[in-house]
This record gives sequence, structure tokens and C-alpha cells, in this order.
Amino acid sequence: MKKLSTVSKVYLVLVFIILYAPIFYLIFYSFNSGGSMNHFESFTLEHYKAIFDDSRLIVILMNTVIVALLSGLIATIIGTLGAIGIVSIKDHKMRNTLLSLNNVLIVSPDVVIGASFLILFTIIGIKLGFASVLISHVAFSIPIVVLMVLPKLLEMNTSLIDAAKDLGATKRDVLTRIILPYIQPGIFAGFFLALTYSLDDFAVTFFVTGNGFSTLSVEIYSMARAGISLTINAISGLVFFITVLVVIGYYFVTNRTKNNTSEGVHR
Amino acid sequence: MFNKVSKGSLFPYAFWIALFVIAPIALIVYYSMLDLNGHFTLNNYKAFFTPVYLKMTLTSFWYAFLITFFTLIIAYPTAYLLTKTKHKHLWLMLIIIPSWINLLLKTYAFIGIFGLYGPINAFIKTFGLEQQQILFTDFSFIFVSVYIFIPFMIIPIFNSLNKLNPTLVYAARDLGASSFTTFRRIIFPLTIDGVKSGIQVTFIPALSLFMITRLIAGNQVITLGTAIEQQFLVSQNWGMGSTIAVFLIILMVIIMLFTGQKKGGRA
Repeated sequence: MKKLSTVSKVYLVLVFIILYAPIFYLIFYSFNSGGSMNHFESFTLEHYKAIFDDSRLIVILMNTVIVALLSGLIATIIGTLGAIGIVSIKDHKMRNTLLSLNNVLIVSPDVVIGASFLILFTIIGIKLGFASVLISHVAFSIPIVVLMVLPKLLEMNTSLIDAAKDLGATKRDVLTRIILPYIQPGIFAGFFLALTYSLDDFAVTFFVTGNGFSTLSVEIYSMARAGISLTINAISGLVFFITVLVVIGYYFVTNRTKNNTSEGVHR
Repeated sequence: MFNKVSKGSLFPYAFWIALFVIAPIALIVYYSMLDLNGHFTLNNYKAFFTPVYLKMTLTSFWYAFLITFFTLIIAYPTAYLLTKTKHKHLWLMLIIIPSWINLLLKTYAFIGIFGLYGPINAFIKTFGLEQQQILFTDFSFIFVSVYIFIPFMIIPIFNSLNKLNPTLVYAARDLGASSFTTFRRIIFPLTIDGVKSGIQVTFIPALSLFMITRLIAGNQVITLGTAIEQQFLVSQNWGMGSTIAVFLIILMVIIMLFTGQKKGGRA
């Protein structure tokens, strides 16, 4: 293959600079002892300390993580079962209808999801707060889990199931010892994406959260509307650090599972 | 095969579809025909077809178009050059990382960057020019949105470029096609699916993101999303909000039809 020309390299470097500059800008000023994002006075960690001293912020952080983990878990269970169910449907029309319905929440704008869920919760009588936020996060994470698990199920060789049955496996055995282990990478990918969806979501949560309950995104929004606060910068620093850790972790985990499966084939 | 194992597993999933996919859409349509007192009316639709709302819809559409256009112009060459780099998956990972940083944090960064005393204005000043009000203009809104959508546009285009068989490009070159002809007749048509999914993930959110307009554009830019949020959470006029949401859904369906991919060929 040809080597990249200088112009191309400069272009790529420029794009990378533009993508990362705002993030590093935020992190840089998170160490500023002055109160603004314009003039760097001296190095300080006080804004990071401020996060951990602010018990309200800690509670919000915990809420965010709890909602993400719980909704990810529930969505993964329902989504995985749903994907297995979809594959079992023989009727093509029915299957395609289900798949189209599955994608509705993925392509729908966040505001529409938020607004319609707000109406729904009000009608059913679910109090806005932890429950409504958790349920919404489960709801918009399910389709992505299905999309992650489905390809694994479709590529699975059905004679494995027949063989298991011939050898006397019960339904339960087939599910827990054949299907689930096989589609495990899809399930993990789904759970992981559900987590990021939940952590990233602002618009839907903003609509269905009541007064008493808040997640990090919603909190950042209200802080940012009030103006510049270097606490937000410190939060960005932490978020970026954790993101990079997760990416490295995810990279190693997927590499390991890849190696495992290829070893499995060789055996 | 699967069906004996798993009919029952479809139940929670079907319940989810009924309650969180079908019911919310039905509720939005139902509410769009209610006035503030909960009586049936078509006045919301009448109101929508007044110049105020039509103009807003058009400008929102125009902004979304501009955002998508600039994002595509920047993302396509980036994706193309990325596929030519040595460790392309590593570089792609580096493009994806910024997309995982919470959208609100990135938006917040621009409040500082574009601020009256921020780095951009400091830069302008070194040329002896006057400070500019960059925040709260439609330029800043478009810039920040493009910035946020670039990674989401790059990923699908990168994937389709990556799948492109390079021998087709070599064949075109051998047959005397110029670089431009090769691009226009071979590369672009074969990666159009990636471009379409990129447009999908940019255009629909660009119509509806209200947090960027609120934080960056002040009240200069009102998109459909901003209007829905305003009606639901500020004016408490759920009927009108739902009506706008109905039209946002219709726009979304149109975009989906335009950018829909041809089915088939999948085993």
C-alpha cells in the first residue's frame, strides 16, 4: 500500500487535535487555582477535592453508577431472552416486524423518547425519580442488547442443539450449557453498550427525573447553565481518566475472548 | 431447533415492545390531539401550520442539514485516510474515545473556548482584531454539533471503506481511471451504505438536540428538540409538545426511508 502523503498526515493530525483539544482544555483548567478557564494561575487539586467533599455530588455519582449497572443488567437479561425468542420465530413477516419495532427506540430522537416516557409514567402513576429513570434506561438499552446478541445466535450452528438434545439434555441444559456460553461475547458486548448508553444519557433522564433525583449528566447540565465552574472540569478529568481505563480494559478483554475462541477452534 | 427451547423467553421482550415502543408512540399521537384542559381538539395541528412553527421547522431542518453536510465533509476523508494507516484499528479507537466523553462535558468546554475571554478570542486579538461574540450565535451551534457528531459519522464510513475490496480500486486505476474518477465511480458508490448510516446518526439527533442549543446558542437557535422541551417542561403544554413530536417522528421516518439500506444478500 502507498504511504500517506504529507497533506494527508497533516489533515489526520488536525482532526485528532480538534477532537482532543476541547477535552484537554477542560482537564488543563481543572488544575487551575483561579476560578476561570481563561487564565491559568497556579496548579491545584482543590477542584478534585471539592468533588469528594461535596456529599451531594457523591450521591449523584453513586446514583448514576447504580442506575447504569442495574439497568444494564436488567436490559441484558430481557434483551438476551428476547433475541433467543426472535430467533425461534419461524414466520419471517413476524420476525421482521419485531426487528423493526426493536429498532424504533434506537433511531428515535432522545427528546421524543423522553417526552413520551414522561406521559407514560404520568398515566401509569409511576412517581418520577429513581424508578422512572431506571425503567427508562432499561427500556432504551434493551434494543441494543438484542442487536448485539442476535448475530451470535444466527451464526450458531443449530446441530449443536440437536446433538445436545439427542444426548438427553433438557431445555434448561440446552439454554444454560449450549446457547448461553456460545453467545456470551454478544451478551457482554450488549451489557457494555447498555452501560455506556445509560452513563451517556442526558435527554431522556432530564425528562423523566423528578426534583429529588439526579444523575451526573443532568447535574452537569444544570451546573453548566449556571456558568463556568471548575468542578465540572475536575469531573471531566475523572471521566476521561476512567474512560481511558475502561477502553484499555475492554481492549484486553475482547482480545482475550478472541484468542480463547480461536484456540477453541484449533482444538 | 431454537423454537422448542425458547418460546417463553419472548414474553418479557414482547411486554417491553408493547409498553415502551408501541404505547409511547400511541400516547404522543393521542396527546397531540388534546388541549391544555385535556379536551379533544385539532387546534395544535392548526397552530403548527402557522408561520411561526413552520419557520421553526424549516430552520431546524436547515441547521440539521448544514451540520450533517459539514460533518460528512470532514468525516469522509478522515475515515478514508484512517483505513490507509498502519495500525488502523488503534487509530479508530482513538477517534472513538472522545465520543464516550459525556456530550454535556464537551459542550461545556466550548462555553470556555468560545467565551469572550477564551482562547479563540485571545487568538483573534493577536491579529489586532476586535473580540467577537462567538457564543450564542448559530455559528457556534453548528461548530459544536459538528464537533460532537464527527466520530459517529467516521465509524460507519470507516467500516464500509474497510470492507471495500482494494482490487476494485487497482482495477479501475489499471484501466486508466483518474483518482477522482476512481473515487466517484468506484469508492463512493461502494461505501454509500456507510455514508447513509452516518447521515442517519447525525441528522436525526441534529434536529432534536436541545442541550447544545440551550448551552451554546442561547435563544438564537430553536430546533424542534428545543421546542418540544420548552413545551413539555417549561410551558407544560403537553398537547403542543406532542404535536411537534409527531412531526419530528414523521421527519425521522422520511430520513429513514431516504437513508434506508437495501435488504437482502444476508444469509
